[in-house]
Amino acid sequence: MTELSRQYWKARVIRYFFQSCAITSILIVVLVFLFLGRESLPFIQKFGLSELFNPVWQPVSFEDEQFGMLALISGSLLVTFLATLIAVPFGVISAIYIAEMASPVEREIWKPVIEMLAGIPSVVLGFFGLVVVAPLVKEVFHLSSGLNALTGALLLALMAIPTIITISEDAIRNVPNSYKEASYSLGASKLQTIWKVTVPAALSGIVAAVMLGIGRVVGETMAVMMVTGNAAIISFSPTESVRTMTATVAAEMGEVPFGSDHYHALFVIGIVLLLMTFALNMVAQRVLKKYRIG
Amino acid sequence: MKKLALCTLVFAAILALGCGRSETPKEKTAIDIKGSDTMVNLMSSMAENFMKGHAGKNVAVTGGGSGTGIAALLNGTTDICAASRTMLGKEYDLAKQKGLSPQEFVIGMDGLAVFVNPQNTVDSLTLDQIKQIFQGQITDWSQLGGQPGEVVVLSRESNSGTYVYFKEHVLAKGDFVNSARLMTSTAALVQEVSSNANAIGYGGEAYGHDSKVKMLNVRKTADSPAIFPTETTVREGTYPIARPLFLYTNGVPAGLIKEFIDYCNAPEGQRIVREVGYVPLKG
Repeated sequence: MTELSRQYWKARVIRYFFQSCAITSILIVVLVFLFLGRESLPFIQKFGLSELFNPVWQPVSFEDEQFGMLALISGSLLVTFLATLIAVPFGVISAIYIAEMASPVEREIWKPVIEMLAGIPSVVLGFFGLVVVAPLVKEVFHLSSGLNALTGALLLALMAIPTIITISEDAIRNVPNSYKEASYSLGASKLQTIWKVTVPAALSGIVAAVMLGIGRVVGETMAVMMVTGNAAIISFSPTESVRTMTATVAAEMGEVPFGSDHYHALFVIGIVLLLMTFALNMVAQRVLKKYRIG
Repeated sequence: MKKLALCTLVFAAILALGCGRSETPKEKTAIDIKGSDTMVNLMSSMAENFMKGHAGKNVAVTGGGSGTGIAALLNGTTDICAASRTMLGKEYDLAKQKGLSPQEFVIGMDGLAVFVNPQNTVDSLTLDQIKQIFQGQITDWSQLGGQPGEVVVLSRESNSGTYVYFKEHVLAKGDFVNSARLMTSTAALVQEVSSNANAIGYGGEAYGHDSKVKMLNVRKTADSPAIFPTETTVREGTYPIARPLFLYTNGVPAGLIKEFIDYCNAPEGQRIVREVGYVPLKG
C-alpha cells in the first residue's frame, strides 16, 4: 500500500466517522418521533383527535375515565405565556445593563452569580417556591391559595432569566464598536445608541436567547409540578391552579398500567408537547432569518 | 450458512441455560421491596432492623407508589410489593395472564386523617360532609359552621394509593372536584395546609402528629360520635377512615422472603410499625 492510498483511506474512515456522528442525532430524533407515534396511535384510533379538545382530564376514576387534553394544553400555554411576560423584559434589560453600562468590576460579580442561578436544580427551586414564593403570592394578592399559575410562572421565569441574560449579553457585546462610534459621532446619546443601534444590531441573538428561554420554560417539569397545584381546569386567570402537560406525564407515568388507554394518552401528550417545541423552533428560525443584520 | 445457524442456536441454548442457572441460586441473599410511598419509611426501618439480625442478607427498599410497586411485582422486578391499597381487579387479571398468583399479607393499619389549618374553628365533620367538600358541593367554611372563606381542596396525585383509597372509600368511588389541587407528596400537602387557613387535605395519620396541622374528628353519620384518629380507634375500626397496609409476593413466599414477612408480623416487627407511626395489628 502506498503512502498516498493509506492517507486516502485514513481520510475516508475519518469522514465516515464524523458523518455517522452527525447522522446519529438525526436518527435519534426520527426514532423518538416513531416511538411516540407508535405508542400514541392506539389512543388516537380509539378516541380520535377530538379528545384533544375535551376539557376533562380524569384518568383514574371508578365512574368515567376521561382523557381530555384541552385543560392541560391551556395550562401549559398559560404558564409559559406568563413566564415569558416576566422573564423577557427582565432578562433583556439586565443583559443590556451588564453589557453596556456596568463597570468591569460589576460585570465580574454579575456573571458568575447569574450562572449560579442557572445551576440551581429545579427541584430545589420548586421547594423554595412551595415554602417561600407560594405563601408570598397568596399574601400579596389576597388569594385563597398560593399554588397557582402565577407562582409557577415566577419560578419558570427565574429559570429562563439566566439563559436569556447570558446569550443576549453575548449578542450585545458582539455588536462591532464601529456601529456605536458612528452613532456617537452623529451626536446620539448613550441611551439613544443603545436603543436605536446596539439592540437592533443584536436582535437576532436576543431573539435566539428568548426562544431558548421559552424552550426551557415549556419543557420544565419538577418546579411547576410542585407549585401550580396541578388542578386540571381551564382558566385564563393567573391566580387559578393549572396542570401542565409536563407535570401530567411526570406525575402519572410511574403508576400507569402498561398498555392501558391512560398509558397511550400520556404518549399523545408527549407528541403534542414535541410538536409545540417544534413549532417554537420553526418560528425562532424564521425570526432569526428576517432580522439578521450585518 | 446452515452451519452458522446451527452454531448460533447452540450458542443461544448454552447462554439460556447459563442464565437460567444463575437466576435460581440455592440461597437468596438479597430481596427488593418496592411500592407505596406511604410505607417507604416503615419498610426502610423494617429492613434495617431485619438486616441487623441477619448478617450478610440485604434488603433494598424503594418507593414510587402502590401502583408502581404492583406493576413491578407483576413484571418480576421486585420480590415484595408494599401497597397501601388492595390490588385492583384488572391487576389480578394481568397477574393471571402472566401466570402469577400474588399473595396478600397485612402488616399493620393506617388511619387516614383529614387535615385542616390549626386556625380553622371546625373540629369535626361527618363522612358525608367530607365527601361533599372533596366533590365540590360544599365550597365555603361558613356552610360548616366555620369562619367564612373559600374551601381550598387538596388531594394527592392520582399515582398515590392514598388517592385511590380515599376516592373509593370516602367519595364512594366518585370523582374529586376538578379544582382540587393535586399535591405530589403528603409532606407537600401538609406544608400547604399549615400555611393556608382555608385548606383541607388528607393523608396518613402519622403526618398529623406535629402541631403544624389539625386533624379532624370524623363522624360516620350525623348521629354517631365524633372519633379522633388514634391507635386504638384505628385498630378497633371505630375511626371510619382506616386501611390495612399490605405486602404482596408472587406465589407463596419461601426462603428469605418468608423470613422477612414473618419478621414483620413478629412482635419485633410490630414494634417498628408503632414506632414509625402506624397501628400494629395487636395492642
